[in-house]
Amino acid sequence: MTIATKQNLESIVGAPRPAKILSVDRNTDDVWTLRLEGQGAFGPGQFNMLYVLGVGEVPISISGSPGKTDELLHTVRGVGGVTNAITSLKAGQSVGVRGPFGTSWPMAAAKGRDVVIVTGGIGLAPLRPAIYHIIENRADYGKVSLLYGARTPKEMLYADEFDSWRETGDIEVLTTVDAAIGAWDGDVGVVTTLIPRASADISDAVAMICGPEVMTRFTVAGLAERNQSKDNIYVSLERNMKCGTAHCGHCQLGPKFVCKDGPVFKFTDVAHWFEKREV
Amino acid sequence: MSTVMDVQAVYTLIDSLKSDGYEVVGPRLRDKALGYVAGTNGSDLPAGLGDDQSPGNYRTRDRGDGALFGFRSSPQSWRRWIFPPNAEVWSARRDNDSFVVDTSAPDSMKVAVIGARACDVAALTIQDKVFLDGQFQDPAYKARRENLLIVAVNCSLDADSNTCFCASMGTGPRVQAGHDIALTEIIEGDKHYFVADAQTDEGSRILEGISGAPAGTDEVAAADSAISNVADSMGRKVDADGLPELMNESYESPRWTVVGERCLSCTSCTMVCPTCFCTNIEDSGDLNGVATRTRSWDSCFTLRHSHIHGGAIRNTNKARYRQWAIHKMGTWQEQFGTSGCVGCGRCITWCPSGIDITEEVTAIREEA
Repeated sequence: MTIATKQNLESIVGAPRPAKILSVDRNTDDVWTLRLEGQGAFGPGQFNMLYVLGVGEVPISISGSPGKTDELLHTVRGVGGVTNAITSLKAGQSVGVRGPFGTSWPMAAAKGRDVVIVTGGIGLAPLRPAIYHIIENRADYGKVSLLYGARTPKEMLYADEFDSWRETGDIEVLTTVDAAIGAWDGDVGVVTTLIPRASADISDAVAMICGPEVMTRFTVAGLAERNQSKDNIYVSLERNMKCGTAHCGHCQLGPKFVCKDGPVFKFTDVAHWFEKREV
Repeated sequence: MSTVMDVQAVYTLIDSLKSDGYEVVGPRLRDKALGYVAGTNGSDLPAGLGDDQSPGNYRTRDRGDGALFGFRSSPQSWRRWIFPPNAEVWSARRDNDSFVVDTSAPDSMKVAVIGARACDVAALTIQDKVFLDGQFQDPAYKARRENLLIVAVNCSLDADSNTCFCASMGTGPRVQAGHDIALTEIIEGDKHYFVADAQTDEGSRILEGISGAPAGTDEVAAADSAISNVADSMGRKVDADGLPELMNESYESPRWTVVGERCLSCTSCTMVCPTCFCTNIEDSGDLNGVATRTRSWDSCFTLRHSHIHGGAIRNTNKARYRQWAIHKMGTWQEQFGTSGCVGCGRCITWCPSGIDITEEVTAIREEA
């Protein structure tokens, strides 16, 4: 799904528009979710360029429900100059927004199918719109398994929503951590160890993957072991982005501009380049 | 219909462009090189000057023939007047808890380039695909592009082409499209004239005001033959047949390790390449609460170009050279329906290590 049309390009190519921050919620030690006034329709998996006056601009995925266009959610981890400036903002202030950019998760192609979502850390943020979409259109999808890994229990994103996703959303949520620091009686290990336990039929499911590249590589291999066809795998990729409009050249992966042709790709469309180092 | 002009008529052409309100950009000797400079008068043209180029080497020389356009690829093309190396994009100022953006009107300066080479005109049409023909248009580029007039000059004088290889890339030595007027310079004994052709209405209108006689068959034939001679004697070439596929399958080639050991990641090739389009964005703020966004040429040879949280994607010189070469000669085709290389040879001349892209492509092809 591509939202941008020739008509609304001015605001996308040009300067960001200020969007008022309605509230800021802290998710973990270094992750905050900003709720902004809505910018209209977007597809799950799309991103905006967020700008802080005089500091800079970064690509950040939309993390709210595509069904709720009166608000715009962005979940941001403070790791650099711009993201730390964004997470320091308060309700009532404004953040600059350009977008939405890029491709979306294959919600239409997944209709009538089982869905397996594999993600780690902050990678859950760009998948939450897909999860919300599934919950809001639950009858359209078969069994849905979310396999989620985090470094430690307290770095687990949106953990307060998992029970409601399980109960009202009928979504299987399996979690694991790299290090069981604190009170944790759940699984320990990398996220791929959860694949054999998913109740969704992996061999026929549509897979949606977002995480560090090493996680994505091992997840694709792990799904293949369960007879998953690579044709059903979709991945969200990260590259340096300055413009969002395929002009700055930074986000290239082989012939693909990740900002325009991605960030969500059908895996087989990028495997040739993704499977090689330093491309 | 072609017309024949003398040297004086070329000067008159420049004067007429100026009186039409064009900023005239033309070749001139500056900093010991023949490059394009704004504010050109007829007397500024580098009469009798030429250049010698080889991998990692550039020298001007006296030609001894009074040629106005006796140079090969300039150190940089004139694209900076369409796609400037540094440009303020917009500024914004603090407004209580928000900000207000000030977008200046797009540049409306009329620019006329005189002495544009076929390779650089081809490069411009390639950049048009990047900035105008995709899903998103760059409004500043569009404004400058619409105000551009091109007086191209076919390469007709130097049989030995040094580092360029436009003939094999299909972009020259005769200018093909995108120009308003094409000139071919002919020097035969004591005869020195130009065969001029208009390609656009604006080009015709301008040429009508310049004194010249209709070209005879001899003069047209002399021009054709001189251009063919340059094409046939070009010392370097790239076998462009199936090149995108070849490059796309070459990622694991050991050749990239060999050339990666010579490459300094100095970014020279990307700064002189007329099709490179990468830019960096810089946001800066001043003490008055005014923030400015600046867009500058960037290079895929820098470490920060591929930086994401956790480190750069392309850490090694090998990976960066490979990215640049495969993009130019390979993946560009899928992105924009054309090669990213026009064969101007600048990356060869201006590489401090003397890396020759034609040699690298040949090596990759021989390995495959």
